[in-house]
Amino acid sequence: MSSNKTNALSRRAFLRNSSLAGGGMIIGFNLLNSCKPKVVAEPAIDLASLDYNDFNAFIKIAENGAVTIFSPNPEIGQGVKTSMPMIIAEELDVAWKDVYVEQGILDTENYTRQVAGGSQSIRQGWDALRQTGAKARHMLVSAAAARWGVDPSECTVSEGIITNAAGETLGYGDVVNEAAQLEVPEEVELKKPKDYKIMGKNAGNVDIHKIVTGQPLFGLDYKADGMVYAAVVRPPSFGHKLVSFDDSEARNMPGVIDIVTIGEKVRGLLAEDPSFSSKISSSDKVVVIAKTTWQAFKAKDAIKATWEEETPMESTEQHNKILTGLLDGNKFNTMRSDGNIKKAFAEADQVLERTYESPFLPHNCMEPMNFYANVTPEKVHLVGPIQTPAWKAGLVAKMLGRDEKDILLEMTRMGGGFGRRLYGDFVIEAAEISQTINKPVKVVYTREDDMEDGIYRMAIKYRIKAGIKDGKVTAYHLKEAAVNDNMYGLIPNFFPAGAIENYQVDVANYKSNITTGAWRAPYTNFLAFAEQSFFDELAEMMEVDKIQLRLDLLDKVKPEDDERIQYSPDRMKEVIKMAVEKSGWGTKPSNVYQGFVNYYCHNTHVAEVADVEIENGNPVVKKITCVVDCGIVVNPLGAMNQIEGGVIDGVGHSMFGELAFVDGKPTANNFDRYRMIRMKEAPVVETYLMENEHSPTGLGEPTLPPAGGAVANALKAATGNRLYIQPFTKTPELLKVPEKEIIG
Amino acid sequence: MPTYQLKVNGTSRTVDVSEDTPVLWVLRDHLELVGTKYGCGIGQCGACTIHVDGTAMRSCSLTLSQVDGKSITTIEGLSEDGSHPVQEAWKEVDVPQCGYCQAGQIMTASAFLESNPNPTDEEVKNAMHGNICRCASYTRIKTAVMKAAENME
Repeated sequence: MSSNKTNALSRRAFLRNSSLAGGGMIIGFNLLNSCKPKVVAEPAIDLASLDYNDFNAFIKIAENGAVTIFSPNPEIGQGVKTSMPMIIAEELDVAWKDVYVEQGILDTENYTRQVAGGSQSIRQGWDALRQTGAKARHMLVSAAAARWGVDPSECTVSEGIITNAAGETLGYGDVVNEAAQLEVPEEVELKKPKDYKIMGKNAGNVDIHKIVTGQPLFGLDYKADGMVYAAVVRPPSFGHKLVSFDDSEARNMPGVIDIVTIGEKVRGLLAEDPSFSSKISSSDKVVVIAKTTWQAFKAKDAIKATWEEETPMESTEQHNKILTGLLDGNKFNTMRSDGNIKKAFAEADQVLERTYESPFLPHNCMEPMNFYANVTPEKVHLVGPIQTPAWKAGLVAKMLGRDEKDILLEMTRMGGGFGRRLYGDFVIEAAEISQTINKPVKVVYTREDDMEDGIYRMAIKYRIKAGIKDGKVTAYHLKEAAVNDNMYGLIPNFFPAGAIENYQVDVANYKSNITTGAWRAPYTNFLAFAEQSFFDELAEMMEVDKIQLRLDLLDKVKPEDDERIQYSPDRMKEVIKMAVEKSGWGTKPSNVYQGFVNYYCHNTHVAEVADVEIENGNPVVKKITCVVDCGIVVNPLGAMNQIEGGVIDGVGHSMFGELAFVDGKPTANNFDRYRMIRMKEAPVVETYLMENEHSPTGLGEPTLPPAGGAVANALKAATGNRLYIQPFTKTPELLKVPEKEIIG
Repeated sequence: MPTYQLKVNGTSRTVDVSEDTPVLWVLRDHLELVGTKYGCGIGQCGACTIHVDGTAMRSCSLTLSQVDGKSITTIEGLSEDGSHPVQEAWKEVDVPQCGYCQAGQIMTASAFLESNPNPTDEEVKNAMHGNICRCASYTRIKTAVMKAAENME
């Protein structure tokens, strides 16, 4: 086939595509004759060589039967570049080993919700991805049936081979030309879970070969012709504004091309769209442009900048007082109120009230923030690691006064995100720098920039109060005092909402000049520890079984009467029972101290049990048993990785994570002074996945929040001390084991 | 700027850089070997681990004079086709989440197993303790190192 014909046909094929109801997604075919079937591990075709006006879809099938599936969502380490194409491939009915996977670019016309956030990619993509694959299969079968002159219902499909009643076969590649001419069906029947051949089986990471051989994958690895590097001199403290700078030394350093200031464009954007003002400094910044990264870093250090205090410098000590003041005060917004807590507390036999405290946390993605921008009169080319490409493309267009159609944004694999790469202040920065210097440029943060100029998990305090009457929990009052922003969405309606007659959630905040934002499992990453520690203590006070207290409360929840309650008490109870069984709860030898937690967030039900043992007189977290109900598991191998990682991340940050501020500046800016969990501190994680046919939910976040609570409850069992402050290492005296225990 | 002769992945390479340029940035920006990663720049995270005469070292904290006349191996040169037992074990166990730190993990593990082909669990943990994995894939890293040790026998 001539190349002319190929192009003409592929264009026609795409013109025939129609948007799916609700999803706005498109199935497309293209002929890619040069493309031989390969296993996903082999080097892929060159994305840049494709004509994206035609390739704005999920599926391409070549005449030789090669199948390429585009993964629409950003890959942040959560595994969607593997699992989303698996869902399409399942319904398309091809052999997984024959599938190429490529990262889709930002394409708001043909893809929806190209976001890595909230553990929602699989849950929200589930129906549309399956339909995408199934519709393509339907068209291919119809084409084969038409050629044979039989009814499509007489044909069967397996791994890309269509068979008719007479036993004749045609491969997908054989009929792709005809199939591409057919109308896209409105909605087609989907497979039953029992018939899945790809989903539910372990699939390795599609980028594994590139990762283990060190091939370019990440934003920091991206290079383009004529690209220069930018290092940015940022305000040393939150509240600082640039006054002047001396660049005489820096200008003469090797490799330095230019030194410029930026800030004007960002201020223009913030004037137009103030919603981003809490995420980026409006101060001028000095930018060193150099031939290499190291030259840019070196020259940046040689800039002598003078700063002035525009807004007051804040400190952790001050935040502590302010947040306590908010909890003691009465300036709250009520997020949910059931019954009458005031009356219930007045009538209670017993009341328990406890306050919990958490610090700021940096995200500390292993790949420091970076982004490539090339702003030209024709287009704005942006490349790099970003969780929210559409949002950033829109902001850059607005900032530069460009049409959004001028923006071409390509997502690279991300060296972690954890919420930090939701914000993309670095994308805006890169675009302003490129516009200023009129060159393709990559802005690269040093680790110190990354930790000192973060968009942090904010410090929060919770105060929880419960009332007991006649042996029952009759009142529950949760108060949140947070820096900058409060809990949102359905969080106030999580457990124990619905379980306690008189229930109220109140929130208050203090607006700081320190930039804050989402951090893996926002709010619940700390709230789960507070709440589940509290329930343990409540059970102790009530002298009832800790697990039974939770089960009894869940018995009272009636989600059918309250649409805000989206957790399932039944699924939660099953998860709890499984965790009790699998962890050997209550049956461990006396040197193993256990702590229990169950938690629901990001639509997933989880229970965790921590095992703590005493080693050399110190309590050590040895094992976490984790039971998860996330519905259908698309890729168990990837799912287990997320679960294990989430748990250990949760243990690590609750044990060690803390970013304190003095004079508007973090007291740590690199891993020498900021403690991350490492190999020797990582517990064994034993994972169990509930088997059912519920639609799948996400796993990037939900196993993290319970881990801190499980550890705290186990440490209480081991040491006799309740922990109220994270990180737990902040109060080392509470981690000491009583003498008799050591001897015993 | 001075010129340096380096032996990288078995090939002699000449670079023209200022003497304070860390080996990490010579590899990444001058020799187009971007498999070696920048994580902290102060030798604390291990993402930039390479082999210098077979010993695992932090390339962010190495000067050119320190590698003069020595043989450097990066992740790209650990094997021709990703078939080193440690790379194979990483694939078999499916270790990575984001994958950014994994080149450094693999370089640390491969040098360690050269010196200790039959490690205990504790020895593996000690050897790998210097490499941070922010995604906390530690369980699989340990499993993969043990598996590589088995496969190397």
